[in-house]
Order: sequence, then structure tokens, then C-alpha cells
Amino acid sequence: MSSIDTWVSEFRARSAQLPGAALPWLAAQRQHAIERFADEGWPTRRHPRWQHTSLAFMEQQEFAPAAQPVDAAAALAALRGDETGHWLVFVGGRFAASLSDIGPLPSGALVLSLAEALESHSEDIEAAFGNAADGDSPAALNTALAADGAFVRLAPGVALDAPLHLVSIAGASEASRHLRHLVVAGSGAQATVVEHYIGGGQSASLTTAVTRIMAEADARITHLKLQQEAEQAIHLASIASVQARGAHFASHSLSFGARLARNDIRTRFDGEGCEALLNGLYHVDGRRHVDHHTCIDHARPLGNSREFYRGLLDGQSRGVFTGRVVVARDAQRSDAMQRCDNLLLSRQAEADARPELEIYADDVKCAHGATVGEIDEDSLFYLQSRGLDEIHARRLLTYAFAAEALERIELMPLRSRARAALLARLPGGELLEELL
Amino acid sequence: MKTATPARPIDSFLEQEYSAGFETLLEADTLPKGLSEDVIRVISAKKGEPEFLLEWRLEAYRRWLTMTPPKWAAVDFPDIDFQDIVYYSAPKKKDGPKSLDEVDPELLKTFEKLGVPLHERARLAGVAVDAVFDSVSVATTFQKELGEHGIIFCSFSEAVKNHPDLVRQYLGTVVPPSDNFYAALNSAVFSDGSFVFIPKGVKCPMELSTYFRINARDTGQFERTLIIAEEGASVSYLEGCTAPMRDENQLHAAVVELIALDDAKIKYSTVQNWYPGDKDGIGGIYNFVTKRGDCRGARSHISWTQVETGSAITWKYPSVILRGDDSVGDFHSVALSNHRQQADTGTKMIHMGRNTKSTILSKGISAGHGSNTFRGLVRIGPKAEGARNYTQCDSLLIGDRCAAHTFPTIEVRNPSAQVEHEATTSRIGEDQLFYAMQRGLTAEDAVSMIVNGFCREVFKELPMEFAVEAQKLLGVSLEGSIG
Repeated sequence: MSSIDTWVSEFRARSAQLPGAALPWLAAQRQHAIERFADEGWPTRRHPRWQHTSLAFMEQQEFAPAAQPVDAAAALAALRGDETGHWLVFVGGRFAASLSDIGPLPSGALVLSLAEALESHSEDIEAAFGNAADGDSPAALNTALAADGAFVRLAPGVALDAPLHLVSIAGASEASRHLRHLVVAGSGAQATVVEHYIGGGQSASLTTAVTRIMAEADARITHLKLQQEAEQAIHLASIASVQARGAHFASHSLSFGARLARNDIRTRFDGEGCEALLNGLYHVDGRRHVDHHTCIDHARPLGNSREFYRGLLDGQSRGVFTGRVVVARDAQRSDAMQRCDNLLLSRQAEADARPELEIYADDVKCAHGATVGEIDEDSLFYLQSRGLDEIHARRLLTYAFAAEALERIELMPLRSRARAALLARLPGGELLEELL
Repeated sequence: MKTATPARPIDSFLEQEYSAGFETLLEADTLPKGLSEDVIRVISAKKGEPEFLLEWRLEAYRRWLTMTPPKWAAVDFPDIDFQDIVYYSAPKKKDGPKSLDEVDPELLKTFEKLGVPLHERARLAGVAVDAVFDSVSVATTFQKELGEHGIIFCSFSEAVKNHPDLVRQYLGTVVPPSDNFYAALNSAVFSDGSFVFIPKGVKCPMELSTYFRINARDTGQFERTLIIAEEGASVSYLEGCTAPMRDENQLHAAVVELIALDDAKIKYSTVQNWYPGDKDGIGGIYNFVTKRGDCRGARSHISWTQVETGSAITWKYPSVILRGDDSVGDFHSVALSNHRQQADTGTKMIHMGRNTKSTILSKGISAGHGSNTFRGLVRIGPKAEGARNYTQCDSLLIGDRCAAHTFPTIEVRNPSAQVEHEATTSRIGEDQLFYAMQRGLTAEDAVSMIVNGFCREVFKELPMEFAVEAQKLLGVSLEGSIG
């Protein structure tokens, strides 16, 4: 059962064994967090940020470990292929040193598992960890139960030569996993961080993940998340970034898996002249549900944000997008642009979009747009007139609609990875491969 | 050489006073403050209502007691003490006026001062007017002429007396008493309003209009408007509102229900100019209104046009339920909030029928410390094959202390639907002003021109007389916003 009480007792049973349990500040945060979670419970439609995604069912939801043994090494090999870079692997929410391959890092770069870092760098972590009041109640549950994750610290000016991959593989022995990744980038530092979520068997399982990114002045952080969990998984994640003057943050969220996936992505401009790109693509079918809730807080002047989300909704699925842009008082000369487009591929799919603008300054350029529709008949006709049959034409147009999101991923290996993941989802992906 | 800072002529323009802010001294029949079942019984008895209506009111009241005021709107005000409000106030009279000549001359003067044509001017203007003063309707013009077409246009109280069956058939079918907190309150205590019935196939030969005036102190105004257009009928209805200037806030919680049967068309236009409070946000009307139209019949058409310049706080979402196949819903809105005004307004378009279409055009203007929110919902139901919606909502900011928000929600459950939403936010730039002034316009004229240009698409939806009034009103309301 996943009722509030079960989680509270799970916390009681586990809290003493959690890494860093001896640290008073951490123990206090965890205690506050579980109290907050117990107090608020799972968010329901009554919650303004959860109007289209209710977690009320979680009260009754049973989570069980995967019935079959999990071959994490094979899963990793299939995911990684021959790609180089720095790889941290988490199986069942715990760092798996034997599968990981951090490789040589430039000097000034520190990459550790959170559990290790709590031993050696607890003060750095205290500053970056976040607290029990962050996010909504699922994030509080993560704060209480997160046992591992990655800790990344880049000294000023350090650039990671290759993407850092953080892979979460559902294990065979646990029904839930809670990961917390912390990225602290000094001024002018640069890094690309990729989070992968895979695995999970036939039984329902829960993943919560919190990623916190602190980008000092002029740092450039690119974050890519590829969520491909199993059909029965529940995935609740939040990504929060704070940008100092001139920092650049790009987030790409590709959500293809899980029965229910919710991503809260927010960034705050804490200094002048920040830039953010929030790019997203989701594809769901069956009775699955995906929800992206984003917020860009232009707290300081001269910020520039661009946001693009695209959704493909098939079967009886439901795709939800909320994009909030806040321009604070005196955050003059802010420029914010946002788009959300949804393609309905079946009769029973549903798309919900809430693009929100909240503006307290006058010298701003803000716009948003949202569309929902099906494949354009004219385009379909055009392709057919060129000799494609209807099925291929439809598939090609569907792919083309989604591919726009892929083109915003700058690093080619990551783009092809994302493309392969998309094609694997789309019906007739192999055929498309030939066409393209 | 010195650079002259222009003495901001716009300032004085923006500081213009609320011109409808006078008070009429009249003897009034007023109930003591507070609300209870007894108060509702008294209101109902004073109006000589049939039993069913009293029961309906009491049931609404009981529902209301279990409800809490909505908190989700982006408006900020202290809690309202609902026991500190007078729920019924009417100009004193011995018997109801038989004709306009018997109406208290003070009252007529009031409406004259407001430019509402109740007398001969009405004939020239060709508009039939129902004037509602505080809680009751004082005069309705042109009833006879309209009667010849079979059109019923009268105060709600008269409708209850003379056409109880129609009232019973339609009242609360679009906005049920349990709909929301303020609708429940209105259902319990509403004292008057307008009633319009356009029979089958009749095109109403003139514009119908209601003029609402809050006069008495401490009163709340709770009117209820019900418009029914039968098969093939059409009507254009206008509504205007003002109130005296006072330091305390007054509550206005109205309910408007529109029902359009097959091929019927209802056009509902509002110029809302309740007292907005002074420039520091003291006083003003709380305008918490539920307006909803029901396109019940196939090919019916309901269109809302609103110009919202008054009220300290506006909470209003004129909506359309597109039930009939091929029905059409429109929402055209200009909302202005200056000084400390707060407006949270928008619309809901609920598409249920096939090939239903809706258009939302919203222009929000924030100035001074004003806050303006567009909140909308477009819902396409699973059966709304081929539904279309286009939404455009633009915000204009004047000054760096105002706020403009856009909160649209789109829910689509049918793949053949096409829904588009666009929003922009911009400001009146110094360069735009400079350009216009360099061409010889004064700053006021320049602002006025830019704002009017911004709102043009909505103004052109208004009947002509109203469009002129709306433009003037916008000019006046903006006074004091540039500085």
C-alpha cells in the first residue's frame, strides 16, 4: 500500500540507515519533510498545481518489487551502446559502483555519489540540498527518503569534456526508489547532464527524483532527461535550477515511459541577463498520463526565456502541460516566449494545456501560444500526392511534428539518442528509419 | 540647453474623477442589515412572490450556508462580512408607477444625469430601457411597443407576477443556485433585474437595455437577469452600471442567464462602470458576477461583449455552453484596471455539440497599481466533433507598478477539434508616445489613441452608442495612469 501511513512508517524504519543520518541538519530536514508529506498527503485535483493530475489513487496503490530478476548490466549495456562520457549508474535507487564508469575528469570537477559525498563534502551538500518546503508533497517525500544520487561540483571556469550520464535502473528488490541529484556549477563552468530512467517490471513501482542545479554567473548547464520507465511505473520528478547573472540553462525533457509521469521543472533568474531554454517532448498511449509543470521565474531584469513543448497523444492517454512565466516587479526588459503544441492521434486521447503569464513589470516582451489538433489534412494530401500511402504519410507527419523538439538538442550524440528513443515509441518506427 | 521634462499632462488626464459618483437623496424602504431565512421571507413577501420561488430562495440560502467564498482568483481583499450588508433597499412608493409620469422626479433626474434615456430621448435613441435603482426596477420603457411583437421585456418582479410559468421553467437552469458561492447568495436574496422573452421567430426591433444604479449606503445589489430567445429569435441587449462614490466597499453579486434555442441569437453587451474606488483604493464596488449563456439549440449563437472599466474588484467570467450542434459562442472583452483596481475576468467556452465554434478576444489594460487577470477555459468534449476555438488575449501595461496575468486552460477530448490560443503582453512605449506627440498630439490624446487602437477589435462589436460611450469611458478611467 502507498497510503500516507505506509510511507511514514517506511521512513521510520529506514531513516536511521539513510546515508548522512548522523548529520543533524539532514536528519532535521528529513524529519520536516516527512511531516510535511504526512500533513499534505498526495496532491489531488483540489491542489491548484495538480488540477489535471490527481495522485489520490496513490492512497490505494500497491507497489511491489519486480517479480523477475533484473539484469542491470545488460540493461545498461543496451542503453549505453558504445557511447563514451561519464556514467553514474543507480540500481534500485543506490549507486552501483561496479556498473559506473566516471572516467577521467578535468581538474576542478568533482563527481561523486550523494552517499559518498555526504561523508566527505557534507558542508557543500548542506548548501545545495534544498529543504523540506521545496516543491509539492511528492518532492517532500523525496527529501525524506532519498538515499542516493549524484553530487557534481565544478570549480569556476571548468568545462566537462563529455556529457555526464546519470542512469537510474529499477532494481529487483525494491518497490520504490528516490534519487536526488545536485549540480553546483561555479562561474563560467559548463556541463551537460543527462538523466536516464529505465526498467521496472510488470508490477507497479515508484520513482521519485529531485534534481537541483545551481549555476553561478555565466555558467552554462544543459540538462537532458530521458524517461523510459516500464508501463506500470509511477514517475514523480522535479528539476529546479537557480541561475546567477548571465547563466544559461537548457532543459530538455523527453517523456516516453511510465504509466504516470509528472515533471516539475522550474528555473529562477537570480541575476541579470540570464537565459533559459525549456524544451520538451512527450508521447503517451494506452491509458497512460504525462504531466509537465514548468515555471520560469524572471526575478531579475534582462532575462530571456524560450519554452517549447510538444505532445503526441495516442490511445486513451492524457497529456498535460502547464507553463508558468513570472516576470517580477522591476524585472524590466524581460523577454519570454512560450509555445505548447499537441497532436491528438486517437479518438479518446486528451490534451490539456495551461500556458500562464504573470507579469508585474511593464517593459517586457511576453507571448505564449498553445494549440491542440490532429494531423493536417492538407499536409496529408500533399504527401499522398507525392506517392506515399496514407499510413506512411501519417507516420511521417507525426514524426516531423515531434522532430522539431529534437532539433533543439545541440549535442549530436544526444540528439540521435533522443531520436532513437522516439522512433522506438512511434508505431512503424523502423519504417520511418528507412524513409528518413 | 536644457531637456525639459514634460509636466506629464497625462497625469491630470489620468486623475479625472468618477463622473457618476453623485448620490441621490430619496426616501427608501430599506431592510436592516444582515441575512437570515427571515430576511429572505421578507424580501419574498414584499415582492408578493409565489411559494415556489420562496422555496427556491430558501434552498439556495441553505446551500450558501455550506459554501465558502472562492479564493482562487488573483484578487486581494479583506473578508466580506455578509451580515453587514443591507439585502433590500427600494425607493419608497405607495403603489407601483403606472407610467413614467408617476415615477419620482428625483429618480428620473438621476437617470437623466447619467444619460440614460427614459423619456422622449428614449424614443429618439430607439432603445428600450429597464432602469434598476438599488434593488428594484423603477421603470421600463417601450413595453407596449414590444408587446405587439409578443416580446416580454420587464423587471424580474413583474415577470414573476405575470409570467410565473416562464420564470419557473427557465430560472436557474443555466446557473443553478449551487453553482458557486456568489450565485447561491444571489439566488437567495436577488431583489430584481430584467426579464426578456423573445418568442419564436421574432427579431427584436430595438435594442433592449438595463441600467443598474446602486444608490443607498451599505446595500448590496443582487440582480438577476434572464433572457430567453426561442427558435429563430434574436435580440441585442445592453447593460450599464454606475454607483455613487463612497469610502466603504459595496457588494454587487449578479447572475445573468441566457438561453438560446434553435437558430436563436443573443448578443449581450455590458459597459460596467461601477465606482472603482479612489486612487488609493479606498471604497469601490466588489463586482462578483456569474454570467452564463446556454446555446441549447442547434445553430444558436450567444455573444458576450464587455467593457469593464469600473469596480474595485471584478470577478466575472461570462461563459457559453455550446450544447447545440453548430452553435457559436463569442467573448469580446476590454478590461481596464487603473489605480488599485483588480480585475480577474475571462470566459469559459464549453463545447459539447458538433461543429461548435467559439472565439475569445480579450484585451486587458493595466495602469497605476492595477492588476488585470485573464482566466479562461476552453473545453472540447468527446462528442464535439469538428469544434473550433480561437483565443487571442493581449495585455497592455502602462507604468511599472501594474500587473497583467494570463491564465488560460485548454482541455481537448476530441482529435478533430482545433484549438488555438495566443497571448501577448506589451506596453505603451516612450517611443510610441514620442512619435505621436511629435506629430502634434497631446500626451492624453496619444495615450487615448493607442489604447483605443488596442481595443478596436472589441469596440467594433459594441452597438454604436455604446462604442462611443466605451471609448470615452476608457479615456476617463485611464486618467492618472501615466506618471
